[in-house]
Amino acid sequence: MADKNGKTPAGNTGETPRQKWQKAFDASRTRDADFTTMSGIPLDPVYGPDDAEYPGQYPYTRGPHASMYRSKLWTMRMFAGFGTAEDTNHRFKEIIRAGGDGLSTAFDMPTLLGLDSDDPMSEGEVGRCGVAVDTLADMEDLYADLDLSQITTSMTINSPAAVIFAMFVAQAEKRGISRAALGGTLQNDILKEYQAQKEFIFPPRQAMRLVRDTIEFATREMPKWNSISISGYHIREAGATAAEELAFTIANGFAYVELGKQAGLPVDDFAPRLSFFFNAHIDFFEEIAKYRAARRIWARWMKERYGAKSEKSMMLRFHTQTAGVSLTAQQPEINIVRTAIEALAGVLGGTQSLHTNSMDEALALPTEKAARIALRTQQIIAHETNVAHVADPLGGSWYVEALTDEMEKRAEEIFALLDEMGEGSILEGVIRGIEENWFQKRIADSAYELEKKMGSKRRTMVGVNRFTEGNEEDELEILEITSADEERQLKRLDLIRAQRDEKKVAAVLAKLAEQAADDSVNLMPTLIEAAREYATLGEIMSSMLGVFGRHVEVPSI
Amino acid sequence: MSHRVLVAKVGLDGHDRGIKVVARILRDAGFEVVYTGLFQTPDTVAAAAVDEDVDVVGLSMLSGAHMALAPKVVAKLRERGVDIPVVVGGIIPAKDVDKLKAAGVSEVLTPGATPDDVVAIIRRAIDASATAK
Repeated sequence: MADKNGKTPAGNTGETPRQKWQKAFDASRTRDADFTTMSGIPLDPVYGPDDAEYPGQYPYTRGPHASMYRSKLWTMRMFAGFGTAEDTNHRFKEIIRAGGDGLSTAFDMPTLLGLDSDDPMSEGEVGRCGVAVDTLADMEDLYADLDLSQITTSMTINSPAAVIFAMFVAQAEKRGISRAALGGTLQNDILKEYQAQKEFIFPPRQAMRLVRDTIEFATREMPKWNSISISGYHIREAGATAAEELAFTIANGFAYVELGKQAGLPVDDFAPRLSFFFNAHIDFFEEIAKYRAARRIWARWMKERYGAKSEKSMMLRFHTQTAGVSLTAQQPEINIVRTAIEALAGVLGGTQSLHTNSMDEALALPTEKAARIALRTQQIIAHETNVAHVADPLGGSWYVEALTDEMEKRAEEIFALLDEMGEGSILEGVIRGIEENWFQKRIADSAYELEKKMGSKRRTMVGVNRFTEGNEEDELEILEITSADEERQLKRLDLIRAQRDEKKVAAVLAKLAEQAADDSVNLMPTLIEAAREYATLGEIMSSMLGVFGRHVEVPSI
Repeated sequence: MSHRVLVAKVGLDGHDRGIKVVARILRDAGFEVVYTGLFQTPDTVAAAAVDEDVDVVGLSMLSGAHMALAPKVVAKLRERGVDIPVVVGGIIPAKDVDKLKAAGVSEVLTPGATPDDVVAIIRRAIDASATAK
């Protein structure tokens, strides 16, 4: 292991970091590609002096694996969801046909907030921002004909994550796929909901109990499943700076580690299945520095503060999505260029999977064509540019290394503050920061600062505050979600309610409420049972709401 | 006397970056700004507008539910016998702008509006309403 000067301590095997890296690289698989430049210059898998830090070596600044994209390109995981489960299933199949290799499910607002499609609050929102899921029947349609033992699935759901997870497990088992064979990711990051995305239901502590239950369940029963995707994406979209995104996200990660440890799980049993999700914004080098700093911080804290022994607990793996907020409704075609640059930052930063936004993101959900162009953007980066041939190609750049150090320093300042707020517990510091609107206010402050810079034109946004010629041209064709989708979903829900065994539903919901009141019980098995009886999402959430209560944010500007 | 503005999030849409930025822009421009918080219904927004005696209501809508919800806010205000202008901001496709106006919405702010645009449009909505009275 190298010290902070990159030197190998004496008394070790005497191998240089480069030699150790070479051994690890030789032991890994290499994908079939021509690793030369267009002039035919053969390329090393990584560059650097003998005593530098190498990919796959603690603290993983240069990447979690020795071989990085030489073994496996990032997963091109395109986020999709709209209308009914059948509509989205069709889009999933399109994505797979077009060469996408992972699925990522977007749920509609009622589902994200734990409401049924026929709830009065759901009116006008059913199937609009994602797919509507009310019962196991929708889950069955959503993943029909997709080989879930081969394709990994990510589900962007938070407050009702445990319930949707239960429905997912139930539908797979009904098809004969064992839970242990399922690979994928549940977003399940409730902390950033209070801080940024604001799709909260239960109060923070009760919500964290459900997170604990999912971590425990996945740790015991689903070795290939990522129980949480700790997400900076939404924190950034809500207005945070890159340094704040980094610090808040990793602090939330520490909070989940403390939660797991409090539940009595050994850190190395669950930490390897924690994954991260970052934004790729337009400030190219700052983004790359952010990813590099994130890996280094996580490794150091996991080892030093949380006592991890397994390297897998220390390796930060992350998904990236390009920045929706960087895209413009004006001249939407130029968003393709922004997205390409942002995606490139994610790749040069060593992301494990990537979603590229569509050019129509600022207008509506993507059309099939816009989504295909976004996927093609990743394919150009992966297969035409040769940038994936060499790991951490910017490592050793004085600029990028200095920016990486600075990002780490700024994040550490925020961790120190949260640690103090929590009197030695980051978990308590984060919850207190949420309850006192500290995160929320800081994010809004940063958003306003950026807006003022845009207003005074100290920061340029092409097509918005400069270079606006062409803004009046015809708009893109956009995807229309009609109220017909909503009506179809309502009919479907009526049908399911009419077919199920009401007595069994009532019994399982009563059992759930009883268990919710006992903090020592893991609710996952009963949630799966409720899913199997076709209890609706809204019914299941109501039965827990009766025990947990509802979170109300104190409005602040 | 400074004008009073109620800024509101109605429905399930939790995107509050825009509304907070707009609230600060208006506050810095000398308006008195009241924010409802998230997850309001058309009825609670109308009630708050009357209770707070505001000159204009600003709705921020980014989830696509504007056609279902914004006209209801207008209707609920009218039910209460007040004629407070309603301005909608957010991700609103161009083809919906006229429909919203036909449903009684005074002005629509779309992505890319500058701070100056926000202030000008809110003032215009208040002035038009005052003239109509």
